[in-house]
Amino acid sequence: MSLAKRIIPCLDVDNGRVVKGVKFVDIRDAGDPVEIARRYDREGADEITFLDITATHDNRDTIVHVVEQVASEVFIPLTVGGGIRTLDDIRRMLNAGADKVGINSAAVFNPDFVREAAERFGSQCIVVAIDAKKVSLANEPSRWEIFTHGGRKPTGIDAIEWARKMVDYGAGEILLTSMDRDGTREGFDLPLTRAISEAVTVPVIASGGVGNLDHLADGVIEGKADAVLAASIFHFAEYSIEQAKQRMAARGIEVRL
Amino acid sequence: MSTVAVIDYGMGNLHSIVKALQHAAPEVDVICVSDAEAILQADRVVFPGVGAIRDCMQALNQSGLADVIRQVAESKPLLGICLGMQALLTDSAENNGTPCLAIIDGHVVHFPEALTDIDGNLLKIPHMGWNQVHQLHPHPLWENIPQDSRFYFVHSYYAQPNDAAVTAATTQYPDAFTCALAQANVFAVQFHPEKSQAVGLQLLKNFLHWDGHV
Repeated sequence: MSLAKRIIPCLDVDNGRVVKGVKFVDIRDAGDPVEIARRYDREGADEITFLDITATHDNRDTIVHVVEQVASEVFIPLTVGGGIRTLDDIRRMLNAGADKVGINSAAVFNPDFVREAAERFGSQCIVVAIDAKKVSLANEPSRWEIFTHGGRKPTGIDAIEWARKMVDYGAGEILLTSMDRDGTREGFDLPLTRAISEAVTVPVIASGGVGNLDHLADGVIEGKADAVLAASIFHFAEYSIEQAKQRMAARGIEVRL
Repeated sequence: MSTVAVIDYGMGNLHSIVKALQHAAPEVDVICVSDAEAILQADRVVFPGVGAIRDCMQALNQSGLADVIRQVAESKPLLGICLGMQALLTDSAENNGTPCLAIIDGHVVHFPEALTDIDGNLLKIPHMGWNQVHQLHPHPLWENIPQDSRFYFVHSYYAQPNDAAVTAATTQYPDAFTCALAQANVFAVQFHPEKSQAVGLQLLKNFLHWDGHV
């Protein structure tokens, strides 16, 4: 008897529609977010994450409506990330029914924003999203840095130090995405996941690179992740959440079945 | 039509709990209120809460809702959720020690540092995710909820009642802690029934049909 490892499907939402980028280009339309959230809930998803990739400020309200609709009929935790820059952005998402918000670039530009957000709303709803990329050479000890702008802009900040700092500032959870693996379907960056998970006291969600169900189990067993996040393998019904859980259970991982 | 009042004291969003209550029992009128009269007139009361205990107690004391909750605890079915459970105890170790409502005798304490599981892996704090709820004795709120069902938790502190008899259920992380309290017409849970899918909705439904007797 213990805490179950979580499976979190992620929906990338653009103007109210679910899309999934492969390395952030070649976006395909995978449908209506409310419909998909309902399906994931039925299949046993432990949480659902929405990543709002709507570019224009004018259309940012669409995600609020999506969250409101989903939260009215799906009773599992919901996280919203993408474009969260102010305390008011957070309040709007929480009021719409989100349980947690993911803060990414805004934390890099102004780390105190995380502290203010945690003080105002509580650490339990502040997820700091970290996009990391390996910067060490093959013959060097592994080192990862934080990148912004969808993995295009290096910041020079060490990923492990950054994760520790964000927890000190009040992050209740870390969503860790490997920019080297995102969209590749080659599996999580396991050394990165393990390094971050062992460096911080809060739960770590592994993300980026899932191509099959064993990748999810690897993230927990080898990467020591507390939760695993994937998008495309679930969107196109390649695998159901239920199959993912059965695979994880078969590999000895405690899951909610 | 019976009425359930969800106490709104300005601590976080109540959208989820209101929607879950409506979903669990469409025939019940769910109101979200801060007005003492409306709370005292409702048939049942839900006391939710997230965030820090000092802010919570400050809001309750300043608004006079602390006394309203004490009155409710003596008269009708009351369901405390998460911080709303912790606030029912005598005091909490959070924020360097915070006096609480003292409706249930006991303390709220933090998980010990550097907990590990049997394989030596660090157990993360907050305790976040789906864990099993072990019912210690039958209660109307456990009706149709299988033993050891998983509910959604997110917390770093937990209740330690002085009288072990009020513990209605325990959860292991890694040792057993009190995750539900039952004292006469008061029931309280550390987990979030409004975020615990089917079993959570069942618990809310049970509460909405509970007459406050065990």
